[in-house]
Amino acid sequence: MSTYILRRLLLTVPVVIGILFTTFLIKAAIPSDAVVTMYQGQLSEQDASKAIAIMRHKYGLDRPWYMQFLSYTEGVLTGNLGQSIRTRQPVIKEIGYRYRNTLELTFAAFLVALTVGVVSGVVAAYFKDTWLDITSMTVSLFGISMPAFFFGLVLIMVVSVWLRWLPVIENGWQGLILPALTLGLIEAAPLARVARSSMVEALGRDYIRAARAKGMPESVVVLRHALPNALLSIVTLAGLQIGSLFGGAFIIEVIFSWHGIGELAVEAIQWRDFTITQGVILISATTYVLINLVVDILYTWIDPRIVVDKS
Amino acid sequence: MSFTTAEPSLLALPAAAAGSRRATLHALLHNRTAWIGGGVLLLIIFAAAFAPWIVPYDPYRVDPIVRLQPPSLAHLFGTDALGRDIFSRIVYGTRLFLLICAIAASIAASIGVTLGLLAGSGPAWLDMLIMRLIDVLLAFPYILLVLAVIAILGPSLWTAMVAVGIAGIPGYARLVRAEVLSVRSLEYVEAMRAAGAGVWRIRLGTILPNVVSPLIVYGTFATPLAVLAAAALSFLGLGAQPPAAEWGAMLVNARTLMFTAWWTVAAPGMAIFVAILSLNLLGNALRDVLDPRSR
Amino acid sequence: MTCSTRGAAEPLLRIEALRTEFPTNAGPVRAVDGLDLTIGSGEILGLVGESGCGKTVTALSVLGLVDRPGRVTGGAIRFGETDLLALPPARMAAIRGERIAMIFQQPRGSLNPVMRIGSQIAEQFIRRRALGRAEAWARAVALLRAVGIPAPESGARAYPHEISGGQAQRVMIAIALALEPQLLIADEPTTALDVTVQAQVLALLRERCRTLGTALMLVTHDLGVVAQLADRVTVMYAGHAVETAPVASLFARPMHPYTQGLLAAIPRPGENRERLAEIPGSVALATQTGCRFAARCAERTRLHLDRCENEMPPLVPRPDGGMVRCWAAQS
Repeated sequence: MSTYILRRLLLTVPVVIGILFTTFLIKAAIPSDAVVTMYQGQLSEQDASKAIAIMRHKYGLDRPWYMQFLSYTEGVLTGNLGQSIRTRQPVIKEIGYRYRNTLELTFAAFLVALTVGVVSGVVAAYFKDTWLDITSMTVSLFGISMPAFFFGLVLIMVVSVWLRWLPVIENGWQGLILPALTLGLIEAAPLARVARSSMVEALGRDYIRAARAKGMPESVVVLRHALPNALLSIVTLAGLQIGSLFGGAFIIEVIFSWHGIGELAVEAIQWRDFTITQGVILISATTYVLINLVVDILYTWIDPRIVVDKS
Repeated sequence: MSFTTAEPSLLALPAAAAGSRRATLHALLHNRTAWIGGGVLLLIIFAAAFAPWIVPYDPYRVDPIVRLQPPSLAHLFGTDALGRDIFSRIVYGTRLFLLICAIAASIAASIGVTLGLLAGSGPAWLDMLIMRLIDVLLAFPYILLVLAVIAILGPSLWTAMVAVGIAGIPGYARLVRAEVLSVRSLEYVEAMRAAGAGVWRIRLGTILPNVVSPLIVYGTFATPLAVLAAAALSFLGLGAQPPAAEWGAMLVNARTLMFTAWWTVAAPGMAIFVAILSLNLLGNALRDVLDPRSR
Repeated sequence: MTCSTRGAAEPLLRIEALRTEFPTNAGPVRAVDGLDLTIGSGEILGLVGESGCGKTVTALSVLGLVDRPGRVTGGAIRFGETDLLALPPARMAAIRGERIAMIFQQPRGSLNPVMRIGSQIAEQFIRRRALGRAEAWARAVALLRAVGIPAPESGARAYPHEISGGQAQRVMIAIALALEPQLLIADEPTTALDVTVQAQVLALLRERCRTLGTALMLVTHDLGVVAQLADRVTVMYAGHAVETAPVASLFARPMHPYTQGLLAAIPRPGENRERLAEIPGSVALATQTGCRFAARCAERTRLHLDRCENEMPPLVPRPDGGMVRCWAAQS
């Protein structure tokens, strides 16, 4: 089992290098844009090209690419992600507290998605082909088709304007409710579908009939016999969903003005602030890889057969 | 909006003989979801094709006098902040919708399928190499990858399509690779190889036809995700730029306008929703018809 | 609850005119159509018939486990004084495992793949006998030992995919008999097992049932199994019973043409035949009013009997015990 973990860890190394290189590419692309944006209309043609040259030198952009990549990697490993082109603040500092905010949002949304999704999926499976089943599957189909940002806007309108319940924009845990619900409900949709189909499959198996033959009450049959078997597919998807949530959070943050790294990244791209963009993407991708690793390890714990079959 | 890598579980369907192709078409025509999804899609295609003749106004014509008018007989969906007729813009938006679908799917499918084919049927080192590459792509959550590409290439409608296309490659690649691996060990492929058939002949002649149906089904699920992402990009100002009549771009000022002019938000949002829904319905129907086990 | 007299006066289970149907596009199919069957306390009854004759559905009907949309549509199943068919679901669930238990054909499929074997046995004690974890586990280990699982302490911690089919069936027997039910229904318990293992599992079944005084309804298509284990045999055809008799009597003097055909079809060592004997034709759907076997019956042809096709013969007593349902046999 520990060899499996070790092997997975080793596999992440080339992936992380790949991430580094990709994010590095961001900076290598037309950096003069940032300078142009900054000094737009304030410099003459000549001064502008001089300023660009100075900038390029300052950011080490006139060296060969592999040297740049090396020093970039070096910087990353020592915790130096560069400076924001726009604000001159260290990237790490700009990211700082926002990272935690995004994680909060992701986690809260994940809880919503998991609860709503799994519960409705299990219920739909148990009451297969009744109106309960059909309704929840239709709703989940809608959820898959709904753009998250549109749903967020609709929720804001409905909740704040018509119902006058929650304040529209606020930080702290109260401000978390709406964005978490938006993201969570949308992500619950695919979970509900998978939960339903894997529960239906599990409930059709022989061991369920055997459990009933033992005289086990229905609640035990469904929750303690069927669900753990259905869990594998559900967890597989849930693991993938986290990444999706993570990405979805970026857009939700903009809508709800939730101060996370997503909001930061979007601003940074709009302003061509490459170092910030780089930093955010690097950190996000690495986080995602780590999450996947944890999820993979979780599998082996859930399904004892996996450790045996892994080849 | 969520992106989930569809498990390449739509595997190992036998190559459709002419008879079963007819059977699938028959089953499709009798499927209600197929009709709804397909019907809406046809409507969209129709609107896109005949847009100039359908619309009552020029979608780009600015008229400040009638700005932010609620829906009326004169303006079915009302007007936006610059006085443009929203209905006309929605109709023109179908063109961009179809364009995004086509480009994103083409990029993702062509590169993805090729990679998958090569990885599955080529030498082992090539497989390793390609899978590492795919792993790197997959190391990024979908939206993140899209944003990264936009960051490198700069925001515009075309870069948005490319970004979304690239983000779709891993899905197709893995699907095709898995399919190839499962077909590879089948006896008749062995027989062909023994008879001296060239690698590419095997690939294109035997393996590819098997992959077509799962590919199509996967495509109908992957493309909506791509379009949603593209719309989200436009919404953030990182995709289609104004004055393009793209549904996502039409929502750029939604946050400020939604309290005073709800129609500017409702129309484009519902358009996206309905279009995506139709694709998903079609995908469901196709999957039910081609692979009923997974119901 | 020990019983030394087998097949005592008051039968443990009495099935009367049972009818179980499955709705299909072509109309309802009667898998069980007017079945009568009894089992005495502590007795081993073999329920024999070919595939499709309804024996598995009968077993499932007793426990109320017929898969939807199939359902029992008529008759009575008397267990002691209670009619099982009239019970509300909760009371039926209480009877399952406790008083009537069942084991199935695919032993490994019947075990939950993500639960340890010990837990699957202990579950019965924890939930139905309110025992603590530790004690329930200890009992589970003891049961595993009783069914012949080697090294039961570690065996209990294993998962179903780690044990063989034969061992799995032993575990199923342990689970089924954990609460010492009065009746055990075994649906083709050895069909999916290796031949070498079959005999062992059957011997185990007999030993356990005799020890606990549990009656056994052994559902099988294999007459050899029946010969080894059963006290009495009921032969089923097309959804109803055609002959029932003590085992020795059935084998020595079968009276129903179908039974005769079944016995004749068993290849015997020393015989040298060109072709294996078979019963021509196949099971017909339950649509006629007369004897279902009439179309395939050699006796009917030989004796030129016309009533067979129109009138269903009643169950009449046989000379050396049991009942038979046949016009030819009566003459």
